[in-house]
Amino acid sequence: MRARVTIVPRPEVLDPQGRAVAHALEGLGFGVVKGVRVGRIVDVELSDGLDRQAAEAKLEQMTRELLANLVIEDFRIDWLD
Amino acid sequence: MFDLTPELIARHGLTPDEYADIQRRLGRLPTFEELGVFSAMWSEHCAYKSSRIHFGLLPTTGPHVLLGPGENAGLVAIGPDRQGRQWAAAFKMESHNHPSFLEPVQGAATGVGGILRDVFTMGARPIAILNALRFGAPDHPRTRSLVAGVVQGVGGYGNCIGVPTVGGNCGFDACYDGNILVNAFALGVVPVDRVFKGAATGVGNPVIYVGSATGRDGLHGATMASAAFDATAKDQRPAVQVGDPFQEKLLLEACLELFAEDWLAGIQDMGAAGLTSSAFEMASRAGLGMSLNLNAVPMRAANLTAYELLLSESQERMLLVARRGCEDRVRAVCDKWGLESAVIGSVTDTGRMVCRFDGATVVDVPVAAVVDDAPSYDRPRRPPADLEERRRLDLSDLPDLADPGDLLALMAHPEIASKRWIWQQYDHTVRNGTKVGPGAADAAVIRVHENGARLALAVDCTERYGFADPWACGALAVAEAVRNLSCVGAEPLGLTDCLNFGNPEDPEVMWQLVEAMRGVGDAARALGAPVVSGNVSLYNATAGESILPTPMIAAVGRLPDGVQPVSSGFVSAGDEVWLLGSFRPSLGASRWLHQKRGRHAGRVAEVDLAAEAAVSALVRRLVGDGVARNAHDLSDGGLAVALAECAVAHADRPFAVACQLPEPAQSGGALRVTERLFGETGACVLIGALSGHRALIAQLAAEAGVSSMRLGVVGTQGDEFVLGPLVVPLVALAKAHAQGFEQVVLGGESGGRQPPSQH
Amino acid sequence: MIVAVLQFPGSNCDQDVVHALGTVLGADARLVWHGDAGLPTGTDLVVLPGGFSYGDYLRSGAIAARSPIMVPVRAFAESGGTVLGICNGFQVLTEAGMLPGALLRNAGVQFVCRDVCLRVESQASALTARLQPGSLHVMPVAHREGNYFADEPTLAALEATGRVLLRYADPLTGEASREANPNGSAHGIAAIANKKGNVIGMMPHPERAVDAELGPVGGRVMLEGLLTEVRRRN
Repeated sequence: MRARVTIVPRPEVLDPQGRAVAHALEGLGFGVVKGVRVGRIVDVELSDGLDRQAAEAKLEQMTRELLANLVIEDFRIDWLD
Repeated sequence: MFDLTPELIARHGLTPDEYADIQRRLGRLPTFEELGVFSAMWSEHCAYKSSRIHFGLLPTTGPHVLLGPGENAGLVAIGPDRQGRQWAAAFKMESHNHPSFLEPVQGAATGVGGILRDVFTMGARPIAILNALRFGAPDHPRTRSLVAGVVQGVGGYGNCIGVPTVGGNCGFDACYDGNILVNAFALGVVPVDRVFKGAATGVGNPVIYVGSATGRDGLHGATMASAAFDATAKDQRPAVQVGDPFQEKLLLEACLELFAEDWLAGIQDMGAAGLTSSAFEMASRAGLGMSLNLNAVPMRAANLTAYELLLSESQERMLLVARRGCEDRVRAVCDKWGLESAVIGSVTDTGRMVCRFDGATVVDVPVAAVVDDAPSYDRPRRPPADLEERRRLDLSDLPDLADPGDLLALMAHPEIASKRWIWQQYDHTVRNGTKVGPGAADAAVIRVHENGARLALAVDCTERYGFADPWACGALAVAEAVRNLSCVGAEPLGLTDCLNFGNPEDPEVMWQLVEAMRGVGDAARALGAPVVSGNVSLYNATAGESILPTPMIAAVGRLPDGVQPVSSGFVSAGDEVWLLGSFRPSLGASRWLHQKRGRHAGRVAEVDLAAEAAVSALVRRLVGDGVARNAHDLSDGGLAVALAECAVAHADRPFAVACQLPEPAQSGGALRVTERLFGETGACVLIGALSGHRALIAQLAAEAGVSSMRLGVVGTQGDEFVLGPLVVPLVALAKAHAQGFEQVVLGGESGGRQPPSQH
Repeated sequence: MIVAVLQFPGSNCDQDVVHALGTVLGADARLVWHGDAGLPTGTDLVVLPGGFSYGDYLRSGAIAARSPIMVPVRAFAESGGTVLGICNGFQVLTEAGMLPGALLRNAGVQFVCRDVCLRVESQASALTARLQPGSLHVMPVAHREGNYFADEPTLAALEATGRVLLRYADPLTGEASREANPNGSAHGIAAIANKKGNVIGMMPHPERAVDAELGPVGGRVMLEGLLTEVRRRN
């Protein structure tokens, strides 16, 4: 089983990387850009045959404990298969 | 089976003659793997086949030299610690030019990683990094992103591993538009009795692989580094390796822990040409053979072939030869640091390299045939057909004015302007030993914790001088590096060189290389600074156009006990400004002339190596005696720029200056004003000195056979920079110097902005 | 005085801290491996040094905060022991939840290494108890993630309870200003403490400013004060 954890900075947190990328895009002539937030994606492979609900709970737990820092980040979990 | 077609052989960078030679030595056709091995080991990068024959031009011995070229780094003595144990500095400079052009961040990062491994392979803990960078014209469309990427790469690696980047230089010229230069220097310290060497000694000793598992990274990097770029350069992208400074930090600490024991017989990092070069070089140095089981190599990717395992340039890997019976202890240390390790073979007495894979013998060749007897060419060379034209200097169309705009433009040129934007991104204070960091003086100074020695480091090359006079370019690179050491009061211990040149198959480039090496050798002898390690990077060319000769020189010196280094900038109003050295400037090959004309012309002022030695010795004396309170040599932009740099070294509190413009020595007719202001010359240093020392300075200079001239004083009041007829507002000068780099290279954006506060 | 200096894979200021607290200031400073289950018997002070623990992969300090040694460190702090996190160590302490907030990427995006001037804001910690409020101290910063962030209520609470220990300030005027702030840190914060004042995080490197031969010694005064205060409290 494979899941994708998408982690992004919380809306109220300043994201200097995102701002720099937005600035660069403007510089390249992409005037349509209103904002950019840079996050990261963690693909996790789990043992097969897990109950999906239990697996999702595990994933949420590992995300809260390590993968994301909830002080500054939000996350979302999607299944890839 | 595979077809040994002429195309396949050519793709391996081997000439038909070289291929015939391989067959002759083997007495049979090579296997595919052997072809790869010969290709890598006989590449210019590994075998120095165009330059080796000329290495005799460089002096490699001297009173401080413990180990000259041939090992992973050279060694000079830096004195005892309190217990009387003798210490050595291990240092070397290497290029990572081609990879950095393809992928600047990773190319530069892995360049730093590689040179650090060269140093700690000797048993030395790395304590300082320098970097010398060359980019294309400031307004070339790629320059901006290349600068940002390379600086990020150099900084990212050094910062993470915790070795301070304490100095460097950064130049720009259109000749590097399609072929930038990234030269990285590292220095480490090691007790003389604990130096490790890269020799696979002891028949029966196990060969151990330590570090990152092997992937398909950087296949044929050594061959790439030896091939001139063409329009398809971007297609070579997969060959660039990715660096992991965290892994290297673990590797470094694990190796240092191993070095403290008596478990290792030899060690070598896997750099260019990966496992192949490290195994062959180790066996060659010991005069022995090796038997390797390639299936035992830790692998990161599936289905790696023997060919790939032999030639992959995955980073952060070491090859160890342990003493028999110590395997488990070595493994325990690797395990502690979370590093993969595996016994992959053993040392043999056959003199042959035998590699097995999936039960078959894929390589079985005599080590000597690959390493010691690699081809060496005395390539044809001749001066450029237009040499006379290059040397001709006609200034008649240029107005001879003391124009403030000229000085401001020079101070804002990214090559002269403050490089703060760069070095603020480098951790230059980690390790708690940086006495003089980047931008503060003519050389960096670091204190060695282990024995209290203070070492000075400088890296220099003015490639403009090589356009019409490569000998002078080589000689002045050495002279300037040593001059810079002298300006902080340090005596030279040794040099390392990185000879960046174009296509050696072009006789004019080959002539430049040999002329420059002659210049380096002559100056190194005259200044008592032998070359203890180095690197040659050829085929720096794009679409048939070779770069200017760029013999980059890094110098390492030592401050005598008690001597306090001085800054390049003025320190106190009221100090007297002195010019030491025979003032014979020329606008030939000058930055000013290039600024005016947009191209190179003319020949740099005549080089006088005896005068260089005398000026350096005098400056060391004056700094050592505490008479000189600052010292800065004349280089790019001549006297006006040197004096202005002294004035605005601290942008927020610049010093006013009131100086006369000196008459040149032995002038056969009055020189132009522009020549006296902006003409360039070697063997000249500006100092600021307490006003009470007039007679003493004059006397010491006379004893040293150096002319001295009191030019004026560091202003106690006023807000102008005055050098004879040239008058410039101080604020404008400081601003040009402080902001020039960002404005030109970064379009005045990103770097210099203050971060907005979250208030 | 036993000082446990934690050594994570990728720590690179560990030797500098041992040098400053041990060689220069005479404490018994010992390296303690991240995989160890306990602190040395009689530990008086724990220091989490700077560097790039675990390569700072995932997030700065995130993986180190979950390493085995952090279990006894947390217990040590809960029993009143003094814990100082410097640079990456500060990041580890916030990731471990032992200090509030987080350290974001510098507002200027790039790594920044330069001297900064720090103003003492509060004596409510072992680090600052012996320093004059309002006094200025110069030492280097060297980081890419030093931009302190916490939500407004947390910031307000930190300010109200004297838990903002050091602020970036202008060396000429002594005022906190945008120019003096190297990373965009909220309220110009350079160091904070927990409620009890025994867990302290700071971005600047006092251990790099202890030796007059090398430059400013603003860090020496601070670390001396810390050792004296820890000695008094224990």
